[in-house]
Amino acid sequence: MTLDQQLKHTGTLVNYYFVCKRKLWLFAHQINFETESDTVALGRLLSEISYDRQKKEIKIDEMISIDWIDFRNKVIHEVKKSDKLEEAHLWQVKYYLYFLESKGVQGFRAEINYPKFHKRELIELIDSDREYLKEVIKEIEEILPRDEIPEKVRIPACRSCSYFEFCWV
Amino acid sequence: MEKPFYIFSNGRIRRKDNTVFFEYGDSNDESQEEKESKPANRRAVPVETIDSIYLFGEVDLNNKVINFLGQNHIPIHFFNYYGYYTGTFYPREYAVSGHILVKQVSHYVDPGLRFAIAQEIIQSSNHNILKNLKYYERRYGDLSGFISHIENKNREMGSSRSIEELMGFEGQIHKRYFEAWNKILKSETFLFDKRTRMPPDNPINALISFGNSMVYATALSEIYKTQLNPAISYLHQPSTKRFSLSLDLAEIFKPLLVDRLIFSMINHNQIRENHFESNLEFCYLNEKGRRTFTEQFDEKLKTTVKHPSLKRNVSYRQLIKLECYKLVKHILGEEEFKGFRMWW
Repeated sequence: MTLDQQLKHTGTLVNYYFVCKRKLWLFAHQINFETESDTVALGRLLSEISYDRQKKEIKIDEMISIDWIDFRNKVIHEVKKSDKLEEAHLWQVKYYLYFLESKGVQGFRAEINYPKFHKRELIELIDSDREYLKEVIKEIEEILPRDEIPEKVRIPACRSCSYFEFCWV
Repeated sequence: MEKPFYIFSNGRIRRKDNTVFFEYGDSNDESQEEKESKPANRRAVPVETIDSIYLFGEVDLNNKVINFLGQNHIPIHFFNYYGYYTGTFYPREYAVSGHILVKQVSHYVDPGLRFAIAQEIIQSSNHNILKNLKYYERRYGDLSGFISHIENKNREMGSSRSIEELMGFEGQIHKRYFEAWNKILKSETFLFDKRTRMPPDNPINALISFGNSMVYATALSEIYKTQLNPAISYLHQPSTKRFSLSLDLAEIFKPLLVDRLIFSMINHNQIRENHFESNLEFCYLNEKGRRTFTEQFDEKLKTTVKHPSLKRNVSYRQLIKLECYKLVKHILGEEEFKGFRMWW
């Protein structure tokens, strides 16, 4: 089984891989509580209402969903709520670039936008990233088909995670 | 914050743009002329704030509003003229996991796995029943006989091997529990002889029936938010007529949400004779009675308590959802299901 054949939204999976392996597994098994979470709803709303002159949510092969693409400058954009440049956000975006390359789309860069803070972060994909992402995808593919749910680990992100009650009840 | 809406008046629910409008006519007792002479009261409610809708009055809905509520994952619970639960508009499932469904079913099909969950449900329910009795034992005394009887039955139940046996013990325990009610209820007017349903024949039975259907509907709303399938249950036989998983969960929460409410409402004289409609062979809450009960029921659901493992305040309503999460973890093989037992 490869990600390509099995799953949509692999960008989210790459993101969750860096946040929490358990969340990754649960999400991939369609166990999620995000419709119940105010934080998630807020993030979605922010992404919808900011930069509204851009064409939004470009889905490619039903695999990734890019917030918008600036074709003239060859930049893909991702909108995030918190301005902490989290590892998870960074690799999610790098994965988009990597995925596009695999489809033969070369020379793109990425920008993470933080509308609440009027800030942005430019991101490029380098050779060592490509190697690393290959590893990451291999590991994700190894985790998902497991029958057991990965053990819960208390991390700072638990506090605002939509899975908090599920994990810790 | 999402909350349930309880509608007692007659009127209409409309969709206008992306907002829900409740248009209230007037209460049941007014004549047609009175209704027509008054303009309808309108109330706009942002759809994001609606958790679920309970319809007690005579309410018109069109497909436009039903589609809209469905898209927003809002279940509508219908009750008939007598306050009897009719059914639920259960919108298309939005939290579906094939993986969970398979596991949920496999825990039903295997008699051992099914029995383990059923037993835990009954034991949690018994624990909560005993909590109620012990609370009133401290206040009024005179209940220790009932308590030790039920404790003994509870122990005996430990040796049951089948769901039928469990149900047998459950029946005996409830019989004793209901007998204790006459010691708890400080009222000249309301006496409880024995439990009757369909139709209830006295005010206490009417309150129990109405309260239970409220818990049933509330549990269903909570199940809807999770990946669990409401038709696959463990203690109750999955049936075509009901979402029986809701009955399973209701069993655990009835002592906390319904019984305690009945005791305190009667003892504080909040529920009175004029809240009932009765005849020789039946007895129902009237509109005023239903309003009063539902108001208090809703307050109850909003009550919060500090959860020992989450270390957060959770409402009684949330406790029902947490019960669903625990079931999911159980069927996934992660943690054994430990039913909700009042810890305070």
